Amino acid sequence: MRAVAVVGASLAGLSAARSLRKQGYDGRLVVIGDEPHRPYDRPPLSKEFLAGEIGEADLALEPDDEDLQAEWLLGARATGLDSAHRAVRLADGREVRADGIVIATGATARRLPGTDGLAGVHTLRTLDDARALRDELALGGRLVVIGGGFIGAEVASTAYALGLDVTVVEAAPTPLAGPLGETMGGVVSALHADHGVRLLCGVGVKGLSGETRVDAVLLEDGRTVPADIVVVGVGAHPCVEWLQGSGVVLDNGVKCGADGRTSLAAVVAVGDCASWYDPHVGVHRRVEHWTGARERPDAAVATLLSGGAAEPGAPRPPYFWSDQYGVKIQFAGHAAGADSVTVEQGAPGDRSFLAVYRRAGHPVAVLAMNQPRVFMRWRKQLAATPS
Amino acid sequence: MIPVCLLVELPRGEAYRLDIDPPVSVFHTDDGEVFAIDDTCTHQDASLADGWLEGCEVECPLHASKFDLRTGAVDAPPAKRPVRTHEVFVVDGMIYVQPSTEAPNLPPCIAARLAGEPA
Repeated sequence: MRAVAVVGASLAGLSAARSLRKQGYDGRLVVIGDEPHRPYDRPPLSKEFLAGEIGEADLALEPDDEDLQAEWLLGARATGLDSAHRAVRLADGREVRADGIVIATGATARRLPGTDGLAGVHTLRTLDDARALRDELALGGRLVVIGGGFIGAEVASTAYALGLDVTVVEAAPTPLAGPLGETMGGVVSALHADHGVRLLCGVGVKGLSGETRVDAVLLEDGRTVPADIVVVGVGAHPCVEWLQGSGVVLDNGVKCGADGRTSLAAVVAVGDCASWYDPHVGVHRRVEHWTGARERPDAAVATLLSGGAAEPGAPRPPYFWSDQYGVKIQFAGHAAGADSVTVEQGAPGDRSFLAVYRRAGHPVAVLAMNQPRVFMRWRKQLAATPS
Repeated sequence: MIPVCLLVELPRGEAYRLDIDPPVSVFHTDDGEVFAIDDTCTHQDASLADGWLEGCEVECPLHASKFDLRTGAVDAPPAKRPVRTHEVFVVDGMIYVQPSTEAPNLPPCIAARLAGEPA
C-alpha cells in the first residue's frame, strides 16, 4: 500500500493516522477534513470550553512535537468516492488518489426543520458552533434546550452555571431512557431539578416563534416557552451522503464488519459515521462515543494494512462519560436488553452511586455518578466477561 | 525518601495513592514490578491510582489516556503531556519513593487553582 487517504480530521481520523504510522505504514498519508481546523477535542465544547474555562489551544488533540508525516487537506469537503479509480473527490474539484481509504467523516447535528436563518437558534457539534453559542450565552437571558440527551443536559448545566434561566424540553417521557433505561434516565435527569432548571418531558416541539430572532419555543400541547437563545440537541446523523453510489453499503452509517471493513476492499470506516458489527449481540451498532472513535481505528487500520487478514481483538464495552452540574457520570456496556438494574454502592439521592445492569443475572452495563474508582473496577470486569 | 507501604500490602495489579502534594501513585504490576508516577492525570483532575492498570501502562479512569509507568509518556489524547516518574526503592520489604525534582505537569484546572493561591 503506497497511499492512504483518511477522510475526516477529527478524533477518529487522527487516531487512524496515528494507528497507520504506529503499525508501520510509511507511505503517503493524506488527511482530509471539511472543517478548517486541526483536530480538536469535542467533549469540552459543551462543558469547559462553553463555560469559558479553557480556550481553543486547550482543545488541540495533537501535541506540539507530533509529526505524522501526513498531508493535511483542511477545509476540504469530500463529495464522492470513485471506487473504480480509488479516488476521493473534493468539493473544490480536486481528487485524492489512494490505495487505501479510511472513512471517518463523523456525524452532523440534526436541526429543527424550518429554523435555518433564525438568529439565536444553535446546534452544538463543531468548534464554530461552540464559539457562536458561547458568545451568546455570555449575554445571559433565557435559554431553552430542545432535547434532554447528553449534549442538551451538558449545555443546560453549563448555562445554569453561567447564570442563565434554563428550560429543557424533552419529547420522551424520560430523558436518556435510550442509553440509560427509564429508571436511571430518571435518576440522571433529576440533576436538572436539583438546580432549579425546568425539565418539561413528554411534550414535543411544534416550532419556534420570532421574526428575525427567536423569541419563544412553541410546544405541541399549546404552551409557549419564552426564549432568548435556543439550543437544539436532538441527535446527529452520520455524514455519509458523499458515499452514495460509491458501492460502499450504507445502513444508518457505513455498514462495517467487526474489524471495520466495509463492503469495498481496502476501504474501512471508523468513528461516528460507522456502524460496526457487534459480535456479542449479533447486530450492527453505530456508537457515537469518544472512546470508540479513539480505540477502533487501531483495529480498522490493522484490517486495512493486512488486507483483512488481521483478527480483530475483542472490543471493549462501549464507554462514555458526561459532566453535569459538577457530577461525574460514567457509563459502560449496553443498557438495552438488561432486565434489571440495581444500585450496588452509594445512593442515587446523594448523587454518588454505582448501578449494575443485568440480563438473566449477568452484568451487561454499569452506571456511576461520582464513583470513578468503583466504576473502573466494574468496567474492567465487564470487559473480562463480555455480554 | 518517603515510605509508602509494605510491598506485601500492595497486591499485584493494585495501586497506592500517596497523599503528598502533588499526590503520587505507586503501582504494583502483574509482573511484580513497582513504579511511581504523579497521581493526577495531566488532562483533568483524575486520580491515576483509580485507573486501569495493564502491563506497564495505566489508563486514566475518566478519559482513557494511557501513561507508561516506566517513562511517564502518554500514548493518546485527551492528555498531551507526560506525568513525572519517581524513583522507587524496596528496602526490607518496605516501598519508598524518591520524589522527582522536576516541575509537575498538572492539568489546567489544578494549575489555575494553585496559581490563584497566595504564595
